[in-house]
Amino acid sequence: MAEAFFWAALAGYAFASIAYFRLGHVATWGVRLGWLAQTALLGVQAADANGFPWATWAGSLNLFVWLVVGAYLIWGCTPRYRLLGLAVMPLATVLLAVSYAGGGTSGHTSGYSSLFLVVHVGLVLAAFAGFTLAAGLSALYLWQDRRLKRHEARILRVRVPALVTLDNLAGRTIAIALPALTLGIIAGLIRLGLHGGGFDALMAVTIVTWAVYGGFLLLRYEAGWHGRKAAYLLLVGFALVIAVRLGLPTVHFS
Amino acid sequence: MSLVLVGTSHRLAPVELRERVALGEREAADLAHALAADGWEAVCLSTCNRTELYLAAEDADAAEQRAAVVLQELPALYRLHDHAAALHLFRVAAGLDSLVPGEGEILGQVRKAAEIGATGPLLDRLFRDAVHAGRKVRSQTAISESPASISAAAAALAQQVFGNLEGRKILVVGAGKMSEQAARNLVSRGASISAVANRSLERAEELAGRFGARAVPLERAENELAEADVVVSSTSAGGFVIEQAGVEATLGARRGRPLFLIDLAVPRDLDPGIHELPGCYLYDIDDLQAVVAESLAGRRTEAARAEEIVADEAGRFWAWQASLEVVPAIASLRARAEEIRARELARARLGGLSEQDRRAVESLTAQIVSKLLHLPTVRMKEAAAGAEGGVYADVVRDLFGLEDDAGQNRLPR
Repeated sequence: MAEAFFWAALAGYAFASIAYFRLGHVATWGVRLGWLAQTALLGVQAADANGFPWATWAGSLNLFVWLVVGAYLIWGCTPRYRLLGLAVMPLATVLLAVSYAGGGTSGHTSGYSSLFLVVHVGLVLAAFAGFTLAAGLSALYLWQDRRLKRHEARILRVRVPALVTLDNLAGRTIAIALPALTLGIIAGLIRLGLHGGGFDALMAVTIVTWAVYGGFLLLRYEAGWHGRKAAYLLLVGFALVIAVRLGLPTVHFS
Repeated sequence: MSLVLVGTSHRLAPVELRERVALGEREAADLAHALAADGWEAVCLSTCNRTELYLAAEDADAAEQRAAVVLQELPALYRLHDHAAALHLFRVAAGLDSLVPGEGEILGQVRKAAEIGATGPLLDRLFRDAVHAGRKVRSQTAISESPASISAAAAALAQQVFGNLEGRKILVVGAGKMSEQAARNLVSRGASISAVANRSLERAEELAGRFGARAVPLERAENELAEADVVVSSTSAGGFVIEQAGVEATLGARRGRPLFLIDLAVPRDLDPGIHELPGCYLYDIDDLQAVVAESLAGRRTEAARAEEIVADEAGRFWAWQASLEVVPAIASLRARAEEIRARELARARLGGLSEQDRRAVESLTAQIVSKLLHLPTVRMKEAAAGAEGGVYADVVRDLFGLEDDAGQNRLPR
């Protein structure tokens, strides 16, 4: 059953990735149906597992994709954000396939499961999903800013959200995601204290990531950082998120 | 009933001719109702670009002649009938026959013309379908989305920066017509004018008074920048009215708030270096003209898709109109068949049957009649769509003795 839901979700996301090029409305249906199928997949995994089913690296990737697509769906239904879908959905498709290859969509259960682990993984992944969306919004901002700066005559042909809208949405997303990361890190540290274990490289990069996004909010509200500078800073933060998600999995999950 | 259109438009007639037959709303309504006195359906569509009379009449030639006389036999009249007339109206409603393809005003004018006209079954359906087609074109294509003027392009670009312009403040530099027009377009989208700067303070006060804004001397325009979100400038000054340094000095106070500047003047009022500053977007008249040209090209591309929708919708209307020709014959045929069925059932004396058996026989006979008539009905409707509906209707009437109501008397006994 889990296998069938996985393929349905992958098919929905892959379809949306292609359809966003020409058919925005149809593509959104691909996202919706794919997300529903992935929700069912997670439900089956949760029902089959004895403990927390997404504590492995590949499993957490599965959950991460679900959170990213879910967050995207909140505003992905409007045609104006079609271009954001064009960035998010191929990424979601690839990451879900990677998760499948790593066994993250099967019924594997973590050997250790505790409330702290669930809270830690859930909050960190939710925060990372927010950072991913904020990066997508920032990329869209920089693209739109470049079109305006270049005086592109065709600028009104492809409608995208306004610069101010993109900037505000990215800021609000970080304002929600950063507290989630903060709580996720605290839960992880508490678990570390209870069960023992060393401080690894992934933890260090995660704390640097937290500092970057914290700095972003501080600069935004204290020094009026908006626009291009803010967008570049969010992309730097996202590079760290990628490093944490993909670059350093073996250190933390082994 | 035939459909006749006689009219003239910007495509054939210059304004000197068009103004001779242009009608106000009241006159157009009176004319339509005067024509309806002859037993016709009539609608008069009169805008600044066209005056057209749509008539539905049994005698198409008489209707056409009358309409031509009403329109003073202008040399630039077009006369269209049936299919062509319907298609023309659908294209007009979709904005495909407009000076600027896809312009939105015409749709309301078409709707209004029908409301004040003397419509009957044919013109009522024609105009309703035309308005529907116009709406469909605008919702399914981007033909009406892109701006068709400099001021509309400037406002659309400002929306690319700010999104909703509600609460955004405009600094108007120069109290001439150009800057006022551009500012008006922004105001119509929710922005408000905060200050008007002009060399003549008197003219600045006059314009500012109309918008509830402040008037300031031209040399103090830069002082107003910190508060403004959009700057619209069009003066006859020989040099730059606002320099890069002046804008740069306000950036700290703006705290990352973007500034959109529109320079409509030649020679330019605003230092092009402003565009290099972060969060500042400066568009001069050439930039805006390029956007408008591209936008109009986009409208023409969309027009090809719009033509397909219009042809499809016009085809549907025509199929409906053609079906009117065969509907009475179909109805008569079915009534006749039902009458025969009922009579034969009565003759069969089914009183001896149980209630259940009697119902089964009734159902069976009804099904036989229905199945027998299904194919002829479908074929007649198909023939109607192919313009042979009249022939088929006549044949059916003749074969089944449906010529008149008295046909009942000639039923085989």
